[in-house]
Amino acid sequence: MDAIISISQLSKHFNGITVVDNLSFDVQRGEVLGFLGPNGAGKSTTMKMITGFLTPSAGQVLIEGMDMQIYPTAAKRLLGYLPEGAPLYADMTVSQFLHFMADIRQLEGNYKKQRLDYAIDKTHLDTVLHQTIDTLSKGFKRRVGLAQAILHDPAILILDEPTDGLDPNQKQEVRQLLAEIASEKAIIISTHLLEEVDAICTRALIIAGGKLIKDSSPQALRSQSPSGRLDDLFRQLTSEKQTRN
Amino acid sequence: MNIIFSLTKRELVNYFTTPIAYVFIVVFLLLSQAFTFYLGHFFGRNEADLMAFFSFIPWLYVVFIPAITMQSFAQEHKMGTTELLLTLPIATYQVVIAKFIAAWVVSIVALLLTIPLWITVNYLGDPDNGVILAGYMGCLFVSGGFAAVGICLSSLTSNQVIAFVSSVLVCLLFLLCGLPLVLDIFQGFAPLWLLDTISQFSFLTHFASLSKGLLDSRTLVYFVTFIGFWLYANTVILEYKKNAG
Repeated sequence: MDAIISISQLSKHFNGITVVDNLSFDVQRGEVLGFLGPNGAGKSTTMKMITGFLTPSAGQVLIEGMDMQIYPTAAKRLLGYLPEGAPLYADMTVSQFLHFMADIRQLEGNYKKQRLDYAIDKTHLDTVLHQTIDTLSKGFKRRVGLAQAILHDPAILILDEPTDGLDPNQKQEVRQLLAEIASEKAIIISTHLLEEVDAICTRALIIAGGKLIKDSSPQALRSQSPSGRLDDLFRQLTSEKQTRN
Repeated sequence: MNIIFSLTKRELVNYFTTPIAYVFIVVFLLLSQAFTFYLGHFFGRNEADLMAFFSFIPWLYVVFIPAITMQSFAQEHKMGTTELLLTLPIATYQVVIAKFIAAWVVSIVALLLTIPLWITVNYLGDPDNGVILAGYMGCLFVSGGFAAVGICLSSLTSNQVIAFVSSVLVCLLFLLCGLPLVLDIFQGFAPLWLLDTISQFSFLTHFASLSKGLLDSRTLVYFVTFIGFWLYANTVILEYKKNAG
């Protein structure tokens, strides 16, 4: 089966510092890929390159066979993206913001209404629709970010720490939502939370110092850990890498 | 086109749901009328024209247009929404054009609110309305040119104060470059053709001919090229930032 996301030899240097180093991996439809790594490992930079926000120093990002550098608009149509920190237009109400995103995504008529209702329902935003975004709590803001990411029913979801700032119930709801839609999409989630990898990911990718150091299923990873715990293996792998660097 | 319309609408929501546009419009109207009547001696001149009004407009625009445009990209950079915007399936130039149109619209609304002055002149005397119309067109061109400069410089920084001050300086430079104050600096060593070229860049020279009712095709070409150049430079800067992060 052809990969829906194909990353090959992706690198990014900032002022001579290598942040992402020759990263290659594929993601298939139906996979939920957990992107793990310590702070500064290059997770967000990789996501910014996959979504076309940053130009890679070297390497290629293919979205359903389309090179992000050559066909950015067509490739971005297939993506739903929640950037780190869920940046939003604070001066707009939730409803205005979601309508704006729907217009930019060129959703029209009944389909637009249907998708807006779906996104609002799944992220439980109905009570704050007419509130301006800057008056919302961190958890609600994150949910607005999620709503805009799933609004156009994208084939690919790239979510940078989607549950950051949510309470345990809200985390559970987001995980449930992702589990519901996962079968027909390719999802990449970056997270610090290893429990999240266990809960929703079908595959985990650990990076440190910009390099890929492990690519496996959460179960297989756990079996490699002497204690049977993912966080012990994560600490062992990433601290080895940091020591070597 | 729909995308540019949606983006422009969002920008206008930002201007008109926050006090920015209202403060701009009210202060602009107050100052332009105060200058016209007190410094320009509107009644004392005893002539049925709007020269007393038009002569101050470019000077007011030097400060007021950068005040509108300073937040256009700088605020997006600061809030992190540039990432949201530039990972949508839209071309960078569409974002630039939308921001330009929105800023220009705010200045046009302010200008339209000065029309009672035009009506007053017609009530009191028998002015040449063609000349006045040309003057208003000159105001549109100058505000468009300054808006293009301001938006471009705002894309270079996340600090609105820097965006404002640098835009005021560049706008002032283009306003003054036809005056002896600037030309005298080059007088000693520069050849005549260079002096001519520099003075051709002056907004004041082009605006003066328009406000006298002389609609020259060179003036039109100058302003259109000027605006096009700055919008193009703006797009290039945003594309370049994708490399630098």
